[in-house]
Amino acid sequence: MKPRHKRFILIGLGLIALAVASMLVLNAFQSNLVFFFTPTQVANAEVPKGRGFRIGGMVENGSLTREGDGLTVHFVVTDLAKRVPVTFKGILPDLFKEGKGVVAQGQLGADGTFLASEVLAKHDENYMPPEAADALAKAKTAGAQSSRTLVVNPR
Amino acid sequence: MSFTGINWFKYSSPQAFHPLAGRMIPWFSAAALVLIGVGLYIGFFVAPTDFQQGDAYRIIFVHVPAAWMSMFLYVIMAAWAGLGLGLNARPSFMMAQAIAPTGAMFTFLALLTGSMWGKPTWGAWWVWDARLTSELILLFQYIGIILLRASIDDLRRADRASAVFALVGVVNVPIIYFSVRWWNTLHQGASVSMTASPKMAATMVTAMLVMTLGFWMYSIAVTLARMRCVIVERERQPAWGKNASIQEVAEAR
Repeated sequence: MKPRHKRFILIGLGLIALAVASMLVLNAFQSNLVFFFTPTQVANAEVPKGRGFRIGGMVENGSLTREGDGLTVHFVVTDLAKRVPVTFKGILPDLFKEGKGVVAQGQLGADGTFLASEVLAKHDENYMPPEAADALAKAKTAGAQSSRTLVVNPR
Repeated sequence: MSFTGINWFKYSSPQAFHPLAGRMIPWFSAAALVLIGVGLYIGFFVAPTDFQQGDAYRIIFVHVPAAWMSMFLYVIMAAWAGLGLGLNARPSFMMAQAIAPTGAMFTFLALLTGSMWGKPTWGAWWVWDARLTSELILLFQYIGIILLRASIDDLRRADRASAVFALVGVVNVPIIYFSVRWWNTLHQGASVSMTASPKMAATMVTAMLVMTLGFWMYSIAVTLARMRCVIVERERQPAWGKNASIQEVAEAR
């Protein structure tokens, strides 16, 4: 074996060791790397207690209501398994819509309502002209999911 | 290795590569100009508006190709660095050195355009989700590699140290790519991938792929130009180009 073969084998082994190590580290920090928790995790009390966190999911169709002041909104975040009611006072992002993705930062109230201090819209990875979207909406039965990442399946 | 009748190894010597790179740069530059021009035209004038984001989505035609290039270029840079370490070959280290600034530029471009896209769609310039954070770390890796090389005077040590840094950092690339699948993130999933049909209209995909090709051509042209500078800087030989004086030889050594 020539010295350069030895060096390549060493580099290869080093990279494999590094990959294994980083996989273990990422696995260990799995719960810290998620950006938001799902309504199912909220229902199973898998969320941090006593401090703020984010919940993410889909804004349930027909759940959006506005109070008289025009700023306070109520809506329901769902992952199609569990639901969490959310209250938010502020300006919603342009892409915030019923049936679309949302991530809200805030705290869980005593009554199970999530008091959001910030609401972000989460859009999916599908891009198409409006006509195609209309045709798709007509063809599709209600409730079918167009994106795998918009609503995270409960684990 | 002469299966095409050309001795490829000839070009692994800096003296032979320098003029070859000079001849190739105009071609790659022209291709980059044409492809980026065509890509931007399709992206901004031919591609339809999006059903939910309107025209704001059009930043994807710069954002996604830039993000792809930031990851591609890192892998290529790390491959040259690994080759340099294995073969103890100076030209490989020079290639790694020449690629780094372009990679850093594309990483910065991806972060900048992503930020400009995030504000109108998500409602935030920046969030600390896995995709955005890992891409930011990639920018720090590029900067770290450039700085580490610049901070060591001995070229051989600078080569080896920055090569090891580049190789270690390559674990971040799959993390960036798969972050949207492994963890829930605010960033959406991949629209275009090797395994599934694109989740965008055909003209949109075309514009994005043409832009990516253009960015490739640009990267090659710029890397070759930088490579020529690196070669001249590092391989100053007395017999190069003109007759050198004893003083110049002493300076070069």
